[in-house]
Amino acid sequence: MSFDSILFYLLAIVLVVAAFRVITATSPVTGVLHLILTFFTASMLWMLIQAEFLALALMIVYVGAVMVLFLFVVMMLDMRMEGLKSGLKVYLPLGLTIGGVMVLEMAFVVLRSWGDASALPAPADDFDNTLALGTAMYTHFAYAVQIGGLILLVGMIAAIALTMRKRSDYKRTNPGKQVRVTASDRIRIVQMPSVVDTPAEQSEGAEK
Amino acid sequence: MMQIGLSHYLIVGAILFAIGVFGFFLNRRNLIVLLMSIELILLSANMNFVAFSIWSGNPAGQVFVFFVLTVAAAEAAIGLAILVLLFRNLSTLNVDKLDQLKG
Repeated sequence: MSFDSILFYLLAIVLVVAAFRVITATSPVTGVLHLILTFFTASMLWMLIQAEFLALALMIVYVGAVMVLFLFVVMMLDMRMEGLKSGLKVYLPLGLTIGGVMVLEMAFVVLRSWGDASALPAPADDFDNTLALGTAMYTHFAYAVQIGGLILLVGMIAAIALTMRKRSDYKRTNPGKQVRVTASDRIRIVQMPSVVDTPAEQSEGAEK
Repeated sequence: MMQIGLSHYLIVGAILFAIGVFGFFLNRRNLIVLLMSIELILLSANMNFVAFSIWSGNPAGQVFVFFVLTVAAAEAAIGLAILVLLFRNLSTLNVDKLDQLKG
């Protein structure tokens, strides 16, 4: 058994255990941390078959940004998990059975079709994965890359529009109105005739 | 068995996919675990793409993984924004309570 094979099995076991802990974790923070471990291990698996650019992109962009965003949100929301786990015991045996059957079916089909496939070819010494990917991305897939950028823009706008809120308890000035104000808006002179007290009424009130 | 081939990576992808789908059954009330299950399913698809791309020597599969990562990032951002909004309004993440759209 070569070192590559041992490394593959080790990483695959870590990957599967971490992924399983993601869905069975009692606290969401534990789940997100295991999700980070899952993605990191997947990145190492890709590195093992020399898909270097994607491995590094997954690690830097995905683990570094998206998973940390998950972690932020989970830590920001003070959620209680009591009511959320109630269906767990009921569905565990059925879910395990269905999951096992799914894996067995897929493994059967995959091994039937690709079990005798040739080994993954080791690229030549002067093969540059990043160069090959970049060349493909900016020639054949140039429009698709731009559409991908558009998707990110739409996602950003949607996320900001969803979470931005107008506060009602928030006093602020309107500079336009402040500039346009005239002297007559600021002060209003009210004509009030002076009131002359009548002594008769006063004496009447004093009698009472 | 000794030589790591294409089928090893495909089976790891299949196991990841099954775990992701299983997560839906197991945590059908918790919105954030549902989002994490979607991430696992997308990762399993990416695993297959990368394995086939390396096996066939065609970088197109890896470019497609790039696009899947883009869409997954946008999906995570919007999903988390919706989740924050729901939590702010309902103070729970229980999917059963999210019946506000019922007519």
